[in-house]
Amino acid sequence: MIKYLPSHEYARIEGQEAYIGISPYAAKQLGNVVYVDMPEVDDELEKGEEFGAIESVKAASDLFAPLNGTVLEINEALNDNPRLVSDDPLKNWIIKISISDPRQVDELLDQEAYDALCANEQH
Amino acid sequence: MEQNPKTTCLHDDHISLGATMSPFAGFDMPIEYKGIVEEHNAVRNSVGVFDVSHMGEVLISGLQAQEFVNHIFTNDVRPLADGAILYGMMLYENGGTVDDLLVYRRKADEYFLVINAGNIDKDVEWIKACAAGYDVKVDHLSDSYGELAVQGPDAEKTLRDVLGIDASALGFYTFADMKHDGEDIIVSRTGYTGEDGFEIYASPELTVRLWRRLMDAGVQPCGLGCRDTLRFEAGLPLYGDELTADITPVEATLSMFCKLDKDEFIGKEAVARQKAEGVTRKSVGLEIQGPAIARHGYEVLDPEGNTVGTVTTGYRSITLGKNLAMAMVNTPFAKTGTPLQVRVRRKVFPAVVVKKRFYTPNYKK
Repeated sequence: MIKYLPSHEYARIEGQEAYIGISPYAAKQLGNVVYVDMPEVDDELEKGEEFGAIESVKAASDLFAPLNGTVLEINEALNDNPRLVSDDPLKNWIIKISISDPRQVDELLDQEAYDALCANEQH
Repeated sequence: MEQNPKTTCLHDDHISLGATMSPFAGFDMPIEYKGIVEEHNAVRNSVGVFDVSHMGEVLISGLQAQEFVNHIFTNDVRPLADGAILYGMMLYENGGTVDDLLVYRRKADEYFLVINAGNIDKDVEWIKACAAGYDVKVDHLSDSYGELAVQGPDAEKTLRDVLGIDASALGFYTFADMKHDGEDIIVSRTGYTGEDGFEIYASPELTVRLWRRLMDAGVQPCGLGCRDTLRFEAGLPLYGDELTADITPVEATLSMFCKLDKDEFIGKEAVARQKAEGVTRKSVGLEIQGPAIARHGYEVLDPEGNTVGTVTTGYRSITLGKNLAMAMVNTPFAKTGTPLQVRVRRKVFPAVVVKKRFYTPNYKK
């Protein structure tokens, strides 16, 4: 199951865990990603709070946590090759977390609602 | 910023080219078309064209035009021949910068000033206020001119082959009044990219026709995104970042554009004092040793972690592939080679002071 924040982060839910990244729409808007600023393993995330940033040539964009949770893993490959996020943002997640409040999943946008939001942003 | 941004004569063309538009300096401007990297590289390697019609133009004419321009301008226009251009600043009495600008000498009694878009209202008001008591006429002409910047090593050829404008005789920082399609235009060998190039001032209608001819010939349209990355690499200041009402040219390390051998200009005493006594902070280049990019406003720290300055512009340099920044730092930390740090959000990265001209410009003559 994949869910989204209106600020274009996704959470791919797998049981009690979630992979967090940015949507293909956001990746396209950003252009070439040159640096992904990631939190540390064991950092606590709070839904809606900034946990890192993505730097493109143009600007830095904050990353916001879609869910409360604890960072289990960061995608180390992005340190050497941040462009993986531009190339395939769904495959190249940024962090993996353990979900601490599963009820928050329901508050996120589903694919249909998110697609509608993106379509609306383009006008 | 205004609620309804102004538009340039090329606004519809930008939209139909699919540009990403964003408000800048009170105008709705194209940030990129194809992408900042592609546009940046087009200018470095071949040619690109920018709509810079948002820039402001003011004509100073009259018996005391030369004396008046020298009164408000830090550089010295007296030695200029007709057709020559000078860069410099207008200052407040305290040395803070009103704007940085180009002055084109058309005749001994006629000077064409090109000012920053975001400062147009402020500058015109300032110039008019300063003109009291001088026998000069101040004409604000921003609405009469569009402006294109054709930049890159192939710029001269592009002007000739695509626009039928022979600018080969123009040296760097010179201009000519020309006729084109029966209209008066100004063509100067100037730019803001660190490459050879030209700026063309023409009526809004003619500007649109010239732009479309360049598009039809396949010249890459370039947005303000790469205008900033290009000028940054060449170490050129942007008003609002490296120069402000609170930053003097001495602090910005632009004092070579302030001629203290002139009898007077507004701000001269402040500049002279700072040059004699030194300044407490200076604009420097930084190379960040790490993957992070130091953006405008980020803190600069000494190795012990004390705040010693602020980043004014920062990018991953497209041409050089390094993470670079311009920063205003306390003078004891301004020497090339000084180890510093920058705070990028929650993390701190080492940096070292380097020369601000990161990329050596390829100017003609």
